[in-house]
Amino acid sequence: MSDTPASPELDRRPESKWSMVGRDPYAMPLEQIDLAHPGIWKENEFLPFLKRLREEAPVHYCAKSATGPYWSVMKYKDIMEVDTSPHIYSSEPTIGIVDAFEEFTVPSFISMDPPKHDEQRRVVQGVVAPSNLKNLEGLIRSRAAAILDDLPIGEEFDWVERVSIELTTQMLATLFDFPFEDRHKLTFWSDVATAIPGGGIVNSHEERWEAMQDCLATFTRLWNERVNAEPGNDLISMLSHGEATKTMPPMEYLGNILLLIVGGNDTTRNSITGGVLALNQFPEEYDKLRADHSLIPNMVSEIIRWQTPLAYMRRTAKVDTELNGQKIKKGDKVIMWYASGNQDDEVIENPERLIIDRPNARQHLSFGFGLHRCMGNRLAEMQLRIVWEEIMDRFENIEVVEEPERIYSSFVKGYSKMTVVLHPKAS
Amino acid sequence: MVKILFKDHTGSERSVEAAAGISVMQAAVSNGVPGIDADCGGSCSCATCHVYVDEAWVGKLTAMDANEDAMLGLSSDRRENSRLCCQITLSEELDGLMVTTPEFQF
Repeated sequence: MSDTPASPELDRRPESKWSMVGRDPYAMPLEQIDLAHPGIWKENEFLPFLKRLREEAPVHYCAKSATGPYWSVMKYKDIMEVDTSPHIYSSEPTIGIVDAFEEFTVPSFISMDPPKHDEQRRVVQGVVAPSNLKNLEGLIRSRAAAILDDLPIGEEFDWVERVSIELTTQMLATLFDFPFEDRHKLTFWSDVATAIPGGGIVNSHEERWEAMQDCLATFTRLWNERVNAEPGNDLISMLSHGEATKTMPPMEYLGNILLLIVGGNDTTRNSITGGVLALNQFPEEYDKLRADHSLIPNMVSEIIRWQTPLAYMRRTAKVDTELNGQKIKKGDKVIMWYASGNQDDEVIENPERLIIDRPNARQHLSFGFGLHRCMGNRLAEMQLRIVWEEIMDRFENIEVVEEPERIYSSFVKGYSKMTVVLHPKAS
Repeated sequence: MVKILFKDHTGSERSVEAAAGISVMQAAVSNGVPGIDADCGGSCSCATCHVYVDEAWVGKLTAMDANEDAMLGLSSDRRENSRLCCQITLSEELDGLMVTTPEFQF
């Protein structure tokens, strides 16, 4: 640990000596490869790094990084093994690569092991269960339609802001029964929750914490309203009336709220954007889609694989163990790089390509596997399916006119801006 | 060969014959039975091959392990006779097995 830089946040800037941006992945010593560096994700240079580690060091140890030493698990089958062995690989204390700062800790069930994880998750999973989603389909469709009908034709605009963010934010507000006119606060809190201080959204941990306090205050007010009313079908009502959650401490409430905001926001948002980008990069797939809209459900799974909106999940070894020949010690950080497993050609043929009619498209790692599998997976798929059905009814082409801007994060894999021009269908 | 009868939530039925030794999930997928997603490919880690086992057959199956129990806990539509069918291995004793697929998989 003495080798780690004294000021980790400072050293994470792209221009620091730790940066891998612009470097040839095959020209540097294996042990220097640090996938956690956000720079290579923002600059879209991560793929060759992932490929080299899959081939040469599928369970790779990075001894020196701004966030301390960690293992990287690169292959599909090894990721599967870690994800489905919670008795060996714990989700506590956190699923992010940075160890939580004690005073800024917000616990939630994504970073809990059984049995507490199972109890808390059970309370809220009903709201995103497919049987409940069926009732939301009409509402999602009408909101998606309204957003798309409002877009300018034949002129440049930012798809991220006008469509991806707007649609997912409206959905979140619906799930929380959050005041609709204040819904943009949800987007802000979601961004802040995963932001690296200095990365453009907040400048310091204190500033980040201030926003989180505002979030907590707002949701505490909503909790108090809902707990004194009849139980409803929104997430806050469910939490405030649920046996396993109604006495949770404020920080745990905040943690679970943030989990649901981030889980339901960044991920779907970036998959909506990523799908448009992928179809522009693979125009023959766009043609396939134009010819057959019934490919949309399969395409949605393929987009979620191709995008992999969360690049990794972290576990911490509970015991000394061995993985694909490497000895992992109790307490070691273990990073499952879903973004790499989803590119593993031992399981996925031509993984770098988007193939919208790919067989077994559902077998991607983006939702994780095992007890922590994405709770909102069906909601995400439904949102994406609906938005693509509505898009294909309206537009002949969504033309991406310049390289999108990507997010400075090795965790949230997504886009802050993507300029497009819409071309309507000939009527 | 072992005969399995799949019913869906609307009651429509489909009979499939499969070899002993494979799982009910594999029998369903290889015969194109709808309503089984099996996203994880049969490693009991996605809970998308959920079925309700006909009461007459529940006692004839090997007991579920803790992992299957935990994974089934992810489904909001779990019932007493719920199983993940990737964990049911076909044998001659299960000839005639009847299962119902839920309306939705997790």
